[in-house]
Amino acid sequence: MADFEPKLVAFVCNWCTYAGADLTGTSRIKYSPNVRMIRLPCTGRIDFMLLLQAFGQGVDGVIVSGCHPGDCHYTSGNFHARRRWMLSRRLVDFMGIDLRRIHFSWVSAAEGAKWAELVNGVTEEVRKLGPYEGFPKRLNGRLKAVEVG
Amino acid sequence: MDALREKARALLEGGTVKVVIGYAGGSDPQRARAVFVRDAAQADQLIWNETCRQNLATYLNKPEVKALGKPALVARPATLRSLLQNAVESQLADEAVLALAVADGQVVELPTFAAIEEYLAQQPHGLTAEQQQELSRLAALSLEERWAFWSAELGRCIKCFACRAACPLCYCDRCIVEVNQPQWIPVASDALGNLEWNVVRAMHLAGRCVDCGSCADACPEGIRIDLLNRVLAQEALGSFGAEPGYSTRKDYALAAYKPDDKEEFIR
Repeated sequence: MADFEPKLVAFVCNWCTYAGADLTGTSRIKYSPNVRMIRLPCTGRIDFMLLLQAFGQGVDGVIVSGCHPGDCHYTSGNFHARRRWMLSRRLVDFMGIDLRRIHFSWVSAAEGAKWAELVNGVTEEVRKLGPYEGFPKRLNGRLKAVEVG
Repeated sequence: MDALREKARALLEGGTVKVVIGYAGGSDPQRARAVFVRDAAQADQLIWNETCRQNLATYLNKPEVKALGKPALVARPATLRSLLQNAVESQLADEAVLALAVADGQVVELPTFAAIEEYLAQQPHGLTAEQQQELSRLAALSLEERWAFWSAELGRCIKCFACRAACPLCYCDRCIVEVNQPQWIPVASDALGNLEWNVVRAMHLAGRCVDCGSCADACPEGIRIDLLNRVLAQEALGSFGAEPGYSTRKDYALAAYKPDDKEEFIR
């Protein structure tokens, strides 16, 4: 497991975290290359199904990040998102999906260093957990049949 | 039961309502089926016993049922709650339906939302001790055991969407599972797709579900999807004080927010 490199997907909002991650780059801060970023208009757009689909395509950990409370470009998108996260975390935990692989954060457009720290931290945590093998996969669009026991 | 038939006959003869939506005996004595009584002479089909479990409010927003004219609806407490929640979501107008609550051989007419609210205030709220125990037992299992339990449960899902059809709050004309550009959820029964569908269904009902249990009753595979709704309802109650279906004046919990909602899980 020593040479296991986790694959992470980050769902980020266009206005804060995406710009923050851009700042990380322009500030020439080096951070873990394990993350693939997906830019969405707002954290309010991030459906929990997107996270499940990411796991289905073989990622080992997910980061969801957007504007700090009160800073949302659309005024309240992140407040609504936060309520949804509270409920959906409880649901997926109840179903036995590993919450240690799902991380939430607020990263503003000025927090390039925080973004680097976040990605590095999550990479290390997920590296320790190892690949997410138990999760059903849908690689290259192919369905995995349900095993009838 | 006689009181119910009597009432239905009187309502239809008097022209107060055009149709009485109630329960009739099914082909299996354990299961009642829905019946739409439009003629006073057929009111004797109506029954009332413990097999009358289906939430009949699910029919109210179907166009073909709306076309029948003003309905009276035989309602359990959970059915009444779904009427109020439909009202909160602007799906049902006040006095558009006459609810008939049956208790102790008496039929109570509830013509307005205010009357329903008042009636529900007298009914027991919250989970039964048995339901509470069931949730705690599952929540106490280890992560792997929970995953094994739900993989086996949802693995049986055949995506017939009977749970959706049975739900009075699943009323969208266009549902995500019918969208195929892009195809979010595959039509076939696959492990990830089954998980996606059931998580999405439960999340769409989070903070709205009135716990009538019709989804699990409708499931041909006997999957306990009502547990998913229940755990979300508990979280919504604990975090936001959401008690959907007891009042028409309270917003849907996920359409509202507080700047100081707890966020200890966000870094």
